[in-house]
Amino acid sequence: MPTKTHVTTTINGEQIDFLCEPRQSLLECLRDVIGLTGTKEGCNDGNCGACTVNMDGRIVTSCLVLGVEAEGANIETIEGVADGSNLHPLQLAFLENAALQCGICTPGFIVSSKALLEQNPNPTEHEIRFWLANNLCRCTGYDKIVRAVQDAAKRMQEA
Amino acid sequence: MTTADYERNMVLSNVDYKVVGTRPVRHDGADKVTGRAIYGADFDASGLLHGKILRSPHAHAKILSIDTSKAEALDGVKAVATASDFPNTGDKSVDLGEDTTKLKWLRDNILASDKALYTGHAIAAVAAVNPHVAEEALALIEVKYEALDPVMTTQEAMSSGASILHDGLTTQELGEDTGKVSNVASHFQHVKGDVQKGFSEADVIIEREYDTKTVHQGYIEPHNGTALWSPDGRLHVWCSTQGSFVVRDSLSDLLGIPVSRIRVTPTEIGGGFGGKIPIYVEPVAAILSKKTGAPVKIVMSRKETFEGSGPTPGSNIKIKLGAKSDGTITAAHAWMAMEAGAYPGSPVGAAAQCVFSTYELENALIDGYDVVVNKPKTAAYRAPGAPNAAFGMEQALNELAAKLGMDPIDIRLKNVAVEGTRRPDGPVFRRIGAKEVLEAMRDHPHYQTAKESGHGRGIAIGFWFNIGFDSACNIAVNKDGSINLTEGSTDIGGSRTSIAMHAAEVLGIPVEDVRPSVVDTDTIGFTAVTGGSRTTFATGWAAYEAAQDVKTQSIERAASIWDVDSDSLQMEDGVISSKTDSELKMTFKELASQMSDTGGGITGRAAVNPKGVGGSFCGNIVDVSVDDETGKVTIERFTCVQDVGKAIHPSYVEGQMQGGSVQGIGWALNEEYFMNDQGNMANSSLLDYRMPTSLDLPMIDTVIVEVANPGHPFGVRGVGEANIVPPTPAIANAVSDATGNIMTQLPLTPGAVLDSGK
Repeated sequence: MPTKTHVTTTINGEQIDFLCEPRQSLLECLRDVIGLTGTKEGCNDGNCGACTVNMDGRIVTSCLVLGVEAEGANIETIEGVADGSNLHPLQLAFLENAALQCGICTPGFIVSSKALLEQNPNPTEHEIRFWLANNLCRCTGYDKIVRAVQDAAKRMQEA
Repeated sequence: MTTADYERNMVLSNVDYKVVGTRPVRHDGADKVTGRAIYGADFDASGLLHGKILRSPHAHAKILSIDTSKAEALDGVKAVATASDFPNTGDKSVDLGEDTTKLKWLRDNILASDKALYTGHAIAAVAAVNPHVAEEALALIEVKYEALDPVMTTQEAMSSGASILHDGLTTQELGEDTGKVSNVASHFQHVKGDVQKGFSEADVIIEREYDTKTVHQGYIEPHNGTALWSPDGRLHVWCSTQGSFVVRDSLSDLLGIPVSRIRVTPTEIGGGFGGKIPIYVEPVAAILSKKTGAPVKIVMSRKETFEGSGPTPGSNIKIKLGAKSDGTITAAHAWMAMEAGAYPGSPVGAAAQCVFSTYELENALIDGYDVVVNKPKTAAYRAPGAPNAAFGMEQALNELAAKLGMDPIDIRLKNVAVEGTRRPDGPVFRRIGAKEVLEAMRDHPHYQTAKESGHGRGIAIGFWFNIGFDSACNIAVNKDGSINLTEGSTDIGGSRTSIAMHAAEVLGIPVEDVRPSVVDTDTIGFTAVTGGSRTTFATGWAAYEAAQDVKTQSIERAASIWDVDSDSLQMEDGVISSKTDSELKMTFKELASQMSDTGGGITGRAAVNPKGVGGSFCGNIVDVSVDDETGKVTIERFTCVQDVGKAIHPSYVEGQMQGGSVQGIGWALNEEYFMNDQGNMANSSLLDYRMPTSLDLPMIDTVIVEVANPGHPFGVRGVGEANIVPPTPAIANAVSDATGNIMTQLPLTPGAVLDSGK
């Protein structure tokens, strides 16, 4: 009896086929099966946000999604945020505003922030803080992250 | 939240440089915003096995037997390890990067041999084809325990009749072995002047007792390590660590193989704050790799990170202060007992170096007690011990000020430590910026503006001494005039860029022309841990010296090309020129392009152990609101002022200040290990161990004060730690101001705040 399930999904615009065990999370499949290690594991129980990906237009913590649930889904990870060799305005804003220190939470913050700015191109400081309360950062105290998202919003509106 | 109508992040600068003091994009930035940077758990190798660790469900128990046979028989399991797999390397004192311990304790903390001393203590480990099989195998390991009474606080541990953790542990009383078996590993004192006399001269005396709980550093990346023990006897380890050489040297001590056979490659590291100085999973992965011949990776879960790695201790602190009616402190006594966790080595020694060091005191007495309890062995956490001590001292001082009707900043300025002040623990301060920090706080728009009605305002200051230690740096000049810079300090918060900026400044080249790399232990000279606020100070200094080496050689090379005396040449802003002949001039880039034809490549090197560390002082102004009904405290406004000597990269200095502030806010308001009566942690998830989120906080305003450290070429002071010292007392003082009640316990949870009025 086969122990693995065949899953067909779209990741960062490419069709991907992979085999996974029913017990494997989407996070584990992304990292250990598909080899996309930009999505990070901080807690594996949905509380730190380091594994945030965009799934069918919603941000999810990929540790709480099963790999088999990715069947037919459209997933965007941190690896799909830049346009080829051009960084996304959020990525530029994070760099120029020094919004990362160790950087382990950064992929989750950028994926989350991108979803925010797609829904709300001009968020207030409170709206940014409310939205990003899903994502823990222990290095920055969030100040420079909030400023980077404000800066990115400005860049995207001016573009 | 307060709207800013002033400059929110100020730099009170002392001197301008070309590169130092600017804010370039970090060299590793693009990799970290695109998901390309490889952290410990991202590392892969062909034939990789996955390890998992079985942990004790008991806080205190004898281990009677371990039967691994069923686990070994499970399909997919490749090896099982226990403490009996360590070679017998005896016992001795070993260096842990910032402190020392006994080899037996280090070994027993990694895999317990005779006793389990905390819930989460590692007992056995499995390597299997995948992590799920390894986890299934853990459930098949049969361990027989004899449960003992757990000892959870210093008060319990020090009481007569307490359950004893270590039969062989006797108290060191003021440096003498008492021979008495006890949970108190040591009691020490620092004495300055005569406190009895000082208290007898006081017009006002304040005496109070404070309690703080165990808290965790809370780095987002759990501990991890991958080991490959090759058939030729060489061990290669890839891991997230604050000190690759400490990992190497500890592995050598534990596994009985020479350092020359061990190579540690530090991966990118997802936070540490001191918690990633000790080793945990690396030796276990090494033993499993030796048994299987395959690379073995172990990654802790979040629960394991809370229960099986080192937090910072809970503590019991008594402060007594006496002062004249003009505010002059006449005597100060601190009595501090700190939880070491399962093995001796709490940060009470560091706490004693900090508790009174912000002030010039004629008479002071400090008593410190290092006490073992059934919790994980504590590890460093950002200025270890100092926030606990300041929580008591800075509140007691505010009480004193209130009793004397003095402004809390004025009483501090009245007693502040300055150049020449002798700390109660001995050292005499060189040029320091404590006074300048207090003045910047007093003059700040935050302090100059009245608090909003109903809010409470608190202030506090804190000190951390910083360390120097060994650092090495190599520079290779490329033919296009750029340089490759290699160093050994793992980069937790942008340090490779601040280190590169040292070299760029010396050579007069853009920092973008420096390619800095953090390299493995085979590739660079011994470099101590990324800790003690030493990295930018000491490894930056090594980069400065290595760049000076390149500069000297470049001048000599130009002299040989021009056939002139090298003393007649100078190198400024990346241009080598003659002091006497204006015709003789060439850029560093031009020289680099000619290296091959003029004698070969140029490389610079330096290995340093700088002694000129400058302590750092930090102060906070905090406004809070307190919900009368629920007791919930909200931080309404927060300003952090720190003397950093010279900010090499001001954005990352601000980041350290803001990050330390927010860790302090979490410590003040929410964070604690909540232990049940069995000694088990009841909140070992990031849902229940509640660290601050973005929604809990306002912007954190910063003021960088620059009082140059005379012991560093650019005046740098370590900046990473002092900023976590003042938040807990500043917030407690603000809550006291709002409620009229004294806060004697951390954290200031809603319940604790409500109870404080009873």
